[in-house]
Amino acid sequence: MALLDLSDVTVSIGVLTPLDRIAFSIEAGEIVGVVGESGSGKSLTAMAVMGLLPLIGGRITSGAVRFADVELNRLPERDYRALRGRRIALISQNPMTSLDPIRRVGEQIDQVSMMHLGLGAERARLRSVDMMRQLRIPEADVVHGNYPHQLSGGMKQRIVIAMALAADPELIVADEPTTALDVTIQAQIIQIMVEMARRKNVALMLITHDMGVVAQACDRVVVLYAGRVAETGSVERIFAAPRHPYTKSLIGCIPVEGLPPGGLKGIDGVVPGVANYPTGCRFHPRCSLAQDRCKIEAPLLRALEEGAAACHLAGDPP
Amino acid sequence: MTIPSSALGRLLRTPRGLGAAIVLAIIVLAAILAPVIAPYDYAAQNLRNANMDPGALHWLGTDEFGRDLFSRIIYGARTSLAVGVTSISISMVCGMALGAAAGYFGGAFDRVVTMVVDLSWSFPEILLALILIAILGPGLASTMIAISIAYLAQFTRLTRAQVMALKSETYVEATISLGAGSGHVLFRHLLPNAVTPVIVAGMLATGDAIILEATLGFFGLGAQPPTPSWGAMMSSGTAQIFIAPWIIIFPGLAIAITVIAINLFGDALIDALDIRQRLREG
Amino acid sequence: MSAPLVSMRGLGRTFVSRKGLFGAHRSMRAVDDVTLDIPAGKVTGVVGESGCGKSTLARLALRLIEASSGSVTFDGTDIGSLEPAAMRQIRRRMQMVFQDPYSSLDPRYSIADCLLEPFAIQGLMPPARQRAAQVDDLLDMVGLARSVASSFPHQLSGGQKQRVGIARALALKPQFLVLDEPTASLDVSIQAQIIELLERFRDDFGLTYLFISHDLGLVRYFCDQIVVMYLGRIVEVMDRPDATPRHPYSRALLNSTFAPDPAKRRVVTPMAGEIPSPFALPPGCAFAARCPQASALCKAERPTLAESTAGGRIACHHPQD
Repeated sequence: MALLDLSDVTVSIGVLTPLDRIAFSIEAGEIVGVVGESGSGKSLTAMAVMGLLPLIGGRITSGAVRFADVELNRLPERDYRALRGRRIALISQNPMTSLDPIRRVGEQIDQVSMMHLGLGAERARLRSVDMMRQLRIPEADVVHGNYPHQLSGGMKQRIVIAMALAADPELIVADEPTTALDVTIQAQIIQIMVEMARRKNVALMLITHDMGVVAQACDRVVVLYAGRVAETGSVERIFAAPRHPYTKSLIGCIPVEGLPPGGLKGIDGVVPGVANYPTGCRFHPRCSLAQDRCKIEAPLLRALEEGAAACHLAGDPP
Repeated sequence: MTIPSSALGRLLRTPRGLGAAIVLAIIVLAAILAPVIAPYDYAAQNLRNANMDPGALHWLGTDEFGRDLFSRIIYGARTSLAVGVTSISISMVCGMALGAAAGYFGGAFDRVVTMVVDLSWSFPEILLALILIAILGPGLASTMIAISIAYLAQFTRLTRAQVMALKSETYVEATISLGAGSGHVLFRHLLPNAVTPVIVAGMLATGDAIILEATLGFFGLGAQPPTPSWGAMMSSGTAQIFIAPWIIIFPGLAIAITVIAINLFGDALIDALDIRQRLREG
Repeated sequence: MSAPLVSMRGLGRTFVSRKGLFGAHRSMRAVDDVTLDIPAGKVTGVVGESGCGKSTLARLALRLIEASSGSVTFDGTDIGSLEPAAMRQIRRRMQMVFQDPYSSLDPRYSIADCLLEPFAIQGLMPPARQRAAQVDDLLDMVGLARSVASSFPHQLSGGQKQRVGIARALALKPQFLVLDEPTASLDVSIQAQIIELLERFRDDFGLTYLFISHDLGLVRYFCDQIVVMYLGRIVEVMDRPDATPRHPYSRALLNSTFAPDPAKRRVVTPMAGEIPSPFALPPGCAFAARCPQASALCKAERPTLAESTAGGRIACHHPQD
């Protein structure tokens, strides 16, 4: 059984439906990239899993989110709170807002294991320092006593990762964890996150807009477009033989080594906003292969030999 | 237009905004049409009718000189509104010029302006106004000048903050890269974008200015007799408070209703324009 | 390489700031001793991480801020010594596209007004009946529908706004365009559109670009010459886009760029240390603290930027081969 399973999850905020029948699953210890452009609904997917939709006035209107043996979308808030941080941890985009500016960073890590694992203060401290060392934080016992403002952005994000790992969760949801960081720091953080996930057998849901990061870090990929799943599959298959035209175009938007001048091809048109999603297949206005059927009928997510794609034309191999 | 018509539409659709707008419109119209509306000459004394109760002949009664109180309140609205609007307008124009120059050019000029503004900010407006009247002498003109100067700091500060924030917008840099000089940047980009919150602050300050004008009038430092002024009317009413309380009550009510209407209107305007945050920055 | 259109010589800019009201003045060399030729008709890319001075360099190139030292020569004219009137004249020939399309258009201006502003500022406003045609031409050029002329910026998407920003920069038919991370805040599918557009203008109008970016992959695709900056200084200039970087920092940047291909996964070499504070630079090489190759020499003495035998220029005591 999958560790996390979303089956046809539809999310509404007021009159808008920003997520439409999202379906994918994550196995224990697996690193899954959820990739999409702005307005694709990737952050909302993270919020749906974390049970944080009420914060922005949203709710799951149909479908189910299952985590191990728990049906998350029916879970009372009190039980959810016991789960968050303990079994499912969140790493958010901005480390500045995840840390309390007036408390020592070490204490903030200690508190997670004290609260969720019932450790005493001294054991929690040892555990935190050990975790910080594993995340290659130099002079971990000194940094343990620092305040957030004394640390660089990359170091703060490592502290946030340490907090996420502190209670030995089964799943970490990381929402664009490196977007706010410089490229060299970003590469290091991705490397560390992958290493730690592998070593501790934690599943990682890595939300990103960067196909390079996906190719580097993930086992499987979920491509979102305009609030729907466009394609899912193993990272090897997705990059070698994408079956949804959007996935294919998205990969073509990245400048790669040896691409001849003029070889970079953007996707025509604009990324649609949640208030004006197109009819039929939501990608059809930007799709070079679109047929009349695509304008009217929304394609269902259908299983392929490997993974699944939501495209009327994906039945035929490329 | 600096205040988009859509915002005005939103404002008039709220009961609070609509109510305030109607009351304000009535007061302004009454002030403008005073010679037509007022049943009596506001200065005509008739000592035989002194301190008459409100009734059919004199709707709001008469004062200690037998002058018709209703007529005097209508004419008093002219004084109050004229002083409030004129002095705040002068204050706003000068404050925007000073604030924009300080915020845009910075440097020593900015430091001096900021220091003076902070200094005057630490005195209550009434104290500043009293000091200025003591220098200028009482009267309508000096009241206006005193009030203008008393509120100058507020507008200077608000405009400066707006201009400072807008100055770092990329479109300002883009304009400079196209070859634009300071005048173009200030008058075509910074001021048009800064002006809306200043106008709304001016609207709210007009209410305060009317109270200040009434206070100065109450002390006999504002408009001089026989020009009717709500503050002076209340002042003369204090002597008759036990025999003819309406002399003090009706001008007081006029002040209260006007100021409340202005404040509610201004408040609704802030919501309609969604600029509460920007006003706080000042 | 063709003759330079823009030449920077020993260009520097120091910012002074004060900590608190009574704190001591601190100075930061945002750009330090930059000497660089930008060849006509080519794309020169400047890469580096935040705080490396690339955006300051972009502004110095156009004299949007004044240099503290050194000079910028545009087509034979030292722009640092120009009087305001002459500076305004020469600005017609050099323009900039900004990083943030969201704030680079005045929210109170319609798109048509945005596109006519360059003409208004330069005193070249076409007669009233020709203005609509002028706006239409510009919109056609950047691939926007003519109907957006009457729209306001908030009604446009980020990509559309950036097209307006490019049209505005091209309105006066400049020769030189500084592109300050023009795609950094856009989605990748839109980033590629904008790069396609810029490629077309380079070829059609023979434009010279100075392209600022943090994305070495994009720079290697788009640029003819690549300049790598670290903490205000040039550490390496590569005169071919496919040249293998020889400076350890350039290598680290390249190593941090992930290809969209799971077969090309990299092992990221851990880099020790942090980027030093630009207010307190070490005496030696600024990269020494993080550099795997650093020696005692690197910590004591700053390497100068010198011609490299393999082509290009490099500032390193121990260049890699």
